Amino acid sequence: MTDIRVEGLVHVYDGGVSALDGVDLSVAAGERVALIGQNGSGKTTLVRHFDGLLRPTSGRVLVGGVDAAGRTVAQLAREVGLVFQDPDRQIFASTVRGEVEFGPQNLGLRGAALRSAVANALTATGLEKAAETNPYDLGTSRRKLLALASVLAMRTPVLVLDEPTTGQDMRGMAIVEEVVAAVSAAGRTVVAISHDMRFVAERFDRVVVMRQGRIVLDGSPAEVFARDQWETLRSTFVEPPLAAVLGDRLGVGPTPTDAALVSAMKSRG
Amino acid sequence: MLTVQGFSYRHAGATRPSLMDLDFVLGDGEVVGVVGANDSGKTTLCLVLAGLAPRIVGGTLTGRFSIDGADAQALRMHELPALVGIGFDDPATQLSGVAATVFEEVAFGPANMGVPRDELIARTAGALESLAISHLAERDPARLSGGQQQLVAIASILALRPRHVVLDEPTAQLDPSGTALVGDALERLAGQGVSILVVEHKTDLLARVANRVVALDGGRVVLEGPARDVLGDAALVDLGVAPPSEVRLRRAFVAAGLDPARLEAARA
Repeated sequence: MTDIRVEGLVHVYDGGVSALDGVDLSVAAGERVALIGQNGSGKTTLVRHFDGLLRPTSGRVLVGGVDAAGRTVAQLAREVGLVFQDPDRQIFASTVRGEVEFGPQNLGLRGAALRSAVANALTATGLEKAAETNPYDLGTSRRKLLALASVLAMRTPVLVLDEPTTGQDMRGMAIVEEVVAAVSAAGRTVVAISHDMRFVAERFDRVVVMRQGRIVLDGSPAEVFARDQWETLRSTFVEPPLAAVLGDRLGVGPTPTDAALVSAMKSRG
Repeated sequence: MLTVQGFSYRHAGATRPSLMDLDFVLGDGEVVGVVGANDSGKTTLCLVLAGLAPRIVGGTLTGRFSIDGADAQALRMHELPALVGIGFDDPATQLSGVAATVFEEVAFGPANMGVPRDELIARTAGALESLAISHLAERDPARLSGGQQQLVAIASILALRPRHVVLDEPTAQLDPSGTALVGDALERLAGQGVSILVVEHKTDLLARVANRVVALDGGRVVLEGPARDVLGDAALVDLGVAPPSEVRLRRAFVAAGLDPARLEAARA
């Protein structure tokens, strides 16, 4: 299993825009971590260092204990599967099946092993009936699920999702949530960027909050969404989930999820 | 006012219509939310109301569609942007790709409409300010985060000062504060008499800004009414639409045998 360690990471884009300003972060193998914070706070820039798509201006990134600097994107892609925010940046094949096959084929899978990896990924994302469809005949939300399937099929030890739930309806949301649960249950690491605080609070063990290229909070959903942190959350444009706000007003907080609030109210009677 | 009567639309090459038997009126100053599962016809509705379908994307439209009383089909293409502004869910589709700065990007639409220079600058600055992105004015649009691009795309619609606005998931990539800013901008526009149709999965936003909500299923309107009634309708979940947080929490309370009045009291 693979852990990720980020040490003193600074990234300045060409033109001088500083996106990461000294980030230190350790994600243990098998952890489920949500990355939240305002638009432009550096979340996407950070995760793009995990598979070498971006390289540090200074500092370093260790994947599985080994410095990413000495490895190519192709090598890192065997360990870190990254699903982009915009699916059209990663889709290119003429059928859904071809798209999903590409990754595992490149990893050397053939025959029955390849077929099963592809079939499992299509089933997990609800795309099995669309296998022979052209990706561009799918709507945006299903293209996002296709991008997820194509990375899932590679069975990387680390799965990184950049805003996986945007544009999804309830069924799409449920699919994404089940994928996160299943990948995590298999002992693999999940890191997800999201603005959906219900998804974050219900589905992740740990929440890392970013503001202007730095990490400003890091803890469990109950810790991060507790009243003491609201001011910090709001400074990076994050509103705590409604259950957390109402739990505090009802004097039973911290209750980051509906279920936590209901159970706290029941035990109070 | 946008009026749609007995209205159906079939995409070119499609075997069945994407929209069927629609009848509704979008009044001046009104905000109508549109919800529905994916592939229920929401985006198609946006394309038709903005005049892009069938004109640009082909397909067949039957029934009547008028903009401020004029038959939309008879309007000329260049007249449309000042009448109906459309925002797509993917800002990359929206941005011109030719502007070097955010300011130029937002000014691009009104500049093409021949808006005089001083007014052009004022409109552009105003649009950026209303979405709290004035600080991005000199940045390269291609080098912004997804959410920042989405705000720039919305600002470029505002700068056109259209009488009607059609938005397809305008806040998909926005952080909660960006979403709230879009909500503020919609309320302000509606206050100026602009009619707004907004497709959203974020029912929390609709609960805040929409006067009415329309639910689509398989291209047909299946629920329609005041926002509070439709968003609180138990049938919404069966349509694949997640209810607003407060409705979800209230249901969780009721299911657990807790008094939802305690929630209402805490909200107040």
